[in-house]
Amino acid sequence: MLIYGVALLATCLVIGMLVGQALGAALGIDANVGGVGIAMLLLVIASNSARFKDLSSGAAAQGIQFWSAMYIPIVVAMAAQQNVAAAASGGLLALVAGVAAVVVSFLLVPVISKIGRPKTKTQQSGEAP
Amino acid sequence: MIDLIESVFIRNSLVVAFAVIGVTLWFSYLLADKLTAGRVHGSAIAIALGLLAAYWGGTVTGGTKGVADITLLGGIGLMGGGMLRDFAIVSTAFGVRLSELKKAGLAGVVSIIAGVVVSFVVGAGVAIAFGYTDPIAITTIGAGAVTYIVGPVTGEAIGASGEMITLSVAAGLVKSILVMIGTPLVARSIGLDNPQSAMVFGGLMGTTSGVAAGLAATDPKLVPYGAMTATFYTGVGCLLGPSVLFFGVSLFF
Repeated sequence: MLIYGVALLATCLVIGMLVGQALGAALGIDANVGGVGIAMLLLVIASNSARFKDLSSGAAAQGIQFWSAMYIPIVVAMAAQQNVAAAASGGLLALVAGVAAVVVSFLLVPVISKIGRPKTKTQQSGEAP
Repeated sequence: MIDLIESVFIRNSLVVAFAVIGVTLWFSYLLADKLTAGRVHGSAIAIALGLLAAYWGGTVTGGTKGVADITLLGGIGLMGGGMLRDFAIVSTAFGVRLSELKKAGLAGVVSIIAGVVVSFVVGAGVAIAFGYTDPIAITTIGAGAVTYIVGPVTGEAIGASGEMITLSVAAGLVKSILVMIGTPLVARSIGLDNPQSAMVFGGLMGTTSGVAAGLAATDPKLVPYGAMTATFYTGVGCLLGPSVLFFGVSLFF
């Protein structure tokens, strides 16, 4: 049944959100700490385990894949409701701060990507578990 | 007649949104195909059109939710809102292998902390360069450069003025929009073409909407990896902003 996959996905998100909110409360902040990330991990674990096979294969898988395919349209709808007018009217300081943060972060992507990635053969044998 | 259309559109707002977004995507893919011969991703054009529409919606209505503040298009607010966005993001994790995540685990964690600190320092540095000397103002603007959620959360926690908080939100919005548009343009030159670098990218940028849209326009296969780390970023930012980072700034000013 298609709904089984949708329900599995929904359950993962609800549990993840609950854990993320509890994590935030435990840290004393009013924010969800990684709820979506935790939900994704749960879905990865569930879809790789034999126990949840009925919920993540066949017709049930189509229920999850449908939402996955709806991702880009949903992102377009998300873009269409950003407060672009406020960003544009924030003045030079906001513009420079935002742009500078993005440029520096872009530049760091290749640097940090190297962490934990074996570059040479000797490192590879050394890091093998 | 107008009343009739309006009542049907409002009562079926989400369905209207599906139709409008569907037409937008069709048009964008057509443009990508005919005008750029497929060099620019159709979804990148669609996201850019969405942002343009949001700017138009914001200036016409004076609201904060872009095109969703236009009565007839209110359903876009639901379709692109937090609930369905998170639901769709999580669904992209279907089919991801655990081993890929483990491989980039350490780099992912490092990238989240480095991303928050670096964006904060850059934002705070810009505030100082613009002549601010008040640690509360510097911290709030720095936090805004982290994300537009971390800015106000930090600002309110340390007692910043409303004007500072607005500035920090604007800085965060600039960041988020720039990540949406800029990612497909720089993806190749920063090596953003595999799950590991996508996880690092998500951790460094952190703005969930920026990362979600930026990766969608670059390569949808990378979305789950970037989104996974990005969703921890705002939480870490809210944690560090009013505490460690504020104390750090206070040491110097």
